[in-house]
Amino acid sequence: MTSSASPHLLTLLSAVGAILILATVIGQALKRRIAPDGSNPVIENLNARILAWWGMVALLGIAFLAGRAGVIILFAFCSFAALREFLTLTARRRADHWGLAAGFFVILPLQYWLIWSNWYGLYSIFIPVYAFLLLPILAALRGGPENFLVRAAETQWALMIAVFCISHVPALMMLEIPGYAGRNVLLIAFLVFVVQLSDVLQYVWGKLFGRHRIAPVLSPSKTWEGFVGGVASATLVGAALWWMTPFTPLQAGGLSLIITLLGFGSGLVMSAIKRDRGVKDWGHLIAGHGGYIDRLDSVIFSAPVFFHLVRFFWSTT
Amino acid sequence: MTVRAATGWLAGRVILLFARFITAVHPVWAGVAPGQGQRVYFANHTSNGDFVLIWAVLPEGLRLRTRPVAAADYWLTSPLRRFIGQDVFKAVLIERRPEMRVEDPVGQMVAALDGGASLILFPEGTRNTTDAPLLPFRSGLFHLASARPEVDLVPVHIHNLNSVMPKGEVIPVPLICTVTFGAALHLRPGEDKQTFLDRARAALLDLSGRKET
Repeated sequence: MTSSASPHLLTLLSAVGAILILATVIGQALKRRIAPDGSNPVIENLNARILAWWGMVALLGIAFLAGRAGVIILFAFCSFAALREFLTLTARRRADHWGLAAGFFVILPLQYWLIWSNWYGLYSIFIPVYAFLLLPILAALRGGPENFLVRAAETQWALMIAVFCISHVPALMMLEIPGYAGRNVLLIAFLVFVVQLSDVLQYVWGKLFGRHRIAPVLSPSKTWEGFVGGVASATLVGAALWWMTPFTPLQAGGLSLIITLLGFGSGLVMSAIKRDRGVKDWGHLIAGHGGYIDRLDSVIFSAPVFFHLVRFFWSTT
Repeated sequence: MTVRAATGWLAGRVILLFARFITAVHPVWAGVAPGQGQRVYFANHTSNGDFVLIWAVLPEGLRLRTRPVAAADYWLTSPLRRFIGQDVFKAVLIERRPEMRVEDPVGQMVAALDGGASLILFPEGTRNTTDAPLLPFRSGLFHLASARPEVDLVPVHIHNLNSVMPKGEVIPVPLICTVTFGAALHLRPGEDKQTFLDRARAALLDLSGRKET
């Protein structure tokens, strides 16, 4: 990270820190007043989530300080954990063993190496084209036809979601935007902050005013009131954060609207997958948050689109 | 602590770290809580990593005095295996081939229990590479239950490890594994061997969520 990114990043981190301190105080006060013995599961879950948020903000902060390498390594590990979660729920056969091992130990590291070397022409098609064609060949060489199309499709989906999409977050570090050199890490902060805030605000608006469900079967907690209120307020906050981006306030708001809408859509898609497989969360790794995919889903969907919009309209590379 | 013991401890930490990295293993305490009492954990067996996963989910204090029961004819065949079996996991090594036996396996297990250890036992006797959810149980569990009826016998189901590392594969595929602990069993007064073994096997099958086909 260069000095030009420091003041803005510090401002944002301080603001996030202040929000978390406020949340921690409220969470502990609720616990003390209502159930000091830890018997209220809603409050316990809330406090576990707040604690997990502290951990995630700390990790992201450390990665930002470590610069490009830190960010790439952090998201490579996120990809690893997300791929592990995703493939745990897919239909696998013994014949898929090599292909899956290749996904973890060849495709994932290669994709992040391509990002590191800024080889845009290859990292943007490596998984959609080369992995897409080669992995089914590997599976066909090794085994039978049972459910072949389902297995091939599920493996490809896992790689697209867990590796391809997530890798577009650190790829933001590589864009060259005139007048914005050395501050790209703020684009990641902007993306992650706006979509995550939108998730929280949709939850809050839904709890306060939610009446009409959007998708009762898939996701009973999602309501039109929560959706509209959350997306609108997160878009306004995103527009207000224009000073840390290369965008005008209007552009920052427009991009915020697009990424929060995608974030909302990702929640529906991921719920559909989880419901089909009969699980509530993708994993158990982050206390109070389910798995990595549960935490990252809205970032996963918005990252590639945000990356390409910024690259097309603002970047010179 | 001797150098050998320190190396064993360190190797144990490295193996646990690797197992967690690959499997993100987590426990489900469905029938019992992690307790201080002496126990025999009996589990399904599909991989050489099985007892590592049980070890990994036990709280540190319990882990140090929980010893796997393993086959001497496998774990004594090379210096590395001997080191891992004896110095890292402090396994109770029993001889599976009757003609090679100098010690009675049940006697060895009872001696380990009397020494204060808990045990991890795979009553199928060998790795299950079939499509059946469980192989028939060997009689060791019954003899152990007869010799020390007060010890809790806890069924433990290890889920998914066979997909991580099927027999014959060299490279593991990282997938999330769970270890489910069921309610403790004891030998009932007058219960005969087959009835007891069937009951123990049914308890483990029940945890697996699969049915006999």
